[in-house]
Amino acid sequence: MPQTLLEKIWNAHVVAQQPDSPAVLYIDLHLVHEVTSPQAFDGLRRRGVKLRRPDRTFATMDHGIPTHSRDLPIVDALAAKQIAQLETNAADFGITLYGLHQNTEKQGIVHVIGPELGLTQPGMTIVCGDSHTSTHGAFGALAFGIGTSEVEMVLATQCLLQRKPKTTQVRLDGSLRKGVGAKDIILGIIARYGIGAGTGSVFEYTGEAIRRLNMEERMTVCNMSIEGGARAGMIAPDDTTFQYVAGREFAPKGAAWDQAVAAWRRLPADEGAHYDGTLTLNADELTPMITYGTNPGMGMSVTGRVPDPAQIADVSQRNALSKALNYMALRPNQPLLGQPIDVVFIGSCTNSRISDLREAAALLKGRKVNPRVRVLVVPGSAQVKKQAEAEGLHIVFKEAGCEWREAGCSMCIAMNGDQLEPGQYAISTSNRNFEGRQGKGGRTFLASPLTAAASAVAGAVADVRTML
Amino acid sequence: MEKYTTFDSRIVPLANENVDTDQIIPARFLKGTDKAGLGDNLFSDWRYDADGTPRPEFILNRAEMKGRQILLAGDNFGCGSSREHAPWALTGYGFRAVISTSFADIFRNNSLKNGLLPIIVDRDTHQQLFSLTAEDPDTALTVDLSRQTLTLPDGRKVTFPIDSFSKACLLNGVDEIGYVLGMENEIAEFEARRAA
Ligand code: SF4
Repeated sequence: MPQTLLEKIWNAHVVAQQPDSPAVLYIDLHLVHEVTSPQAFDGLRRRGVKLRRPDRTFATMDHGIPTHSRDLPIVDALAAKQIAQLETNAADFGITLYGLHQNTEKQGIVHVIGPELGLTQPGMTIVCGDSHTSTHGAFGALAFGIGTSEVEMVLATQCLLQRKPKTTQVRLDGSLRKGVGAKDIILGIIARYGIGAGTGSVFEYTGEAIRRLNMEERMTVCNMSIEGGARAGMIAPDDTTFQYVAGREFAPKGAAWDQAVAAWRRLPADEGAHYDGTLTLNADELTPMITYGTNPGMGMSVTGRVPDPAQIADVSQRNALSKALNYMALRPNQPLLGQPIDVVFIGSCTNSRISDLREAAALLKGRKVNPRVRVLVVPGSAQVKKQAEAEGLHIVFKEAGCEWREAGCSMCIAMNGDQLEPGQYAISTSNRNFEGRQGKGGRTFLASPLTAAASAVAGAVADVRTML
Repeated sequence: MEKYTTFDSRIVPLANENVDTDQIIPARFLKGTDKAGLGDNLFSDWRYDADGTPRPEFILNRAEMKGRQILLAGDNFGCGSSREHAPWALTGYGFRAVISTSFADIFRNNSLKNGLLPIIVDRDTHQQLFSLTAEDPDTALTVDLSRQTLTLPDGRKVTFPIDSFSKACLLNGVDEIGYVLGMENEIAEFEARRAA
């Protein structure tokens, strides 16, 4: 029987499968961060069991760490305790930690460093106590977020109890126009099909517009699969993938590399493989996207007008939109172009890689940020930061009037003190515009790095195509 | 885990669609290293003003809601982050079941592992339950997991789906981690096979 990419990976990882029970699925790579792991390590201690595969477990600190300066003590006592706890846990259980005090040059957002270090490879099963683990699916891996109880299970057994998800093909034909990028693709898909479209399934992205994306762009698309309701997003591996992985620290070397690539070439779906559903989008029709509401599905073309609840027949959808517009303090039918903003955040596991920073810097070069606007540029990892500085991007950002920060999640989740004030508007390259996500009472417009940079200059929501 | 037993409770209705885990428990409460105390911060930004005063208009702050164990929620409950703090906050507050038309996958998994039953009902039943609670805010339901039924005040029963494995784990208080730890031989064989 012809198999999909997901089925091939799934079948290769089933340890045991009893009737009427979920499969016991083997996990190749387990990534750990400070926020969702402390209770899991405590669980191991309570049970008196060892961490089964420290060699397949890697930890970093990202959610709660300060991005101001690495030299200052952490002001937030709870965050400091959580960070100290991860250091203790890593030491006690023998796992490699990319942290604030050890291996600092490789620290970063968990979904940025996995691929960067070559830990993320095609055909793997990858989990992390974080929903954006879907990012790693860009390599043709099955990668998904898990809860803390599941983190404990993987630490203890290197396995998870899982039911095989369905696969929905998301096909993108055509080619992207100027000023339109990977972020606009995924925001476009979610705006069109809704935030519940992927529930119970994995998205496999196919089509020529996807094939043409580089790895960092593919990661941006897969990253926000979870915002479409899918636990995982996947893209079949190809030469673009292999070229990215080759030579990285944990990538196979020598003969092992050739063997690995030969196996990876067999991963793409067979001719005639069955998908449970297909969603399509034409890349030619995409424009720069922006969200206006309080979930990532409330998005539109940056030149569009905010929808009117009065035009929506379904009662609960109408109420949801009214509530969102009320929170966002936006009027039905108003355009967003020209809407003043207070903060721009360029960062997060969606858009903090070197290509994102290059795009934003190219637009900001020789321009100034509107003095009313605070702009934070937060690289996704220490290595991204180093690379950006080697290219002089930090100078471009600083000269334009941006803050240049240390690596971390920062204002994506607002756990570390980087946050919006109540009522402030932000354009953010992150992935969630939920109420209060970037600070209590803060209002988020999600957009691409290009749109964020253009809006920083304008001091208001701007159409980057007029500035290219 | 404790065995999941049959219970009766009145209902806390929360009609909002797409309630995300950032609303269930905002990120600033994720800095703890244990599970204690999260119930106090359940729905924190809807429940309290900036200075911590309870907002009288939020449903959970009405005196008669105290002690209710069933949350009747809008579509697609629990979307967003994988934080298990969301079911910890809900159970910490005292909820034992959430009823909706659909749940985000990770939230559903996390709930099942914490003795919080995600009950999926069809759109009509969902509407009826909201109507019933609107007519009589003291409407109570019986949740019987072993029969997979909700019993309405008039005696009518609505069945709900759950996979047999999760059901057995909840009813018997099975420790899933212990269960997989017991498969050490299979896991070791799998590893040996792959290394070969
Ligand atoms: S950058 Fe944001 S979405 Fe990504 S892992 Fe960090 S907090 Fe989560």
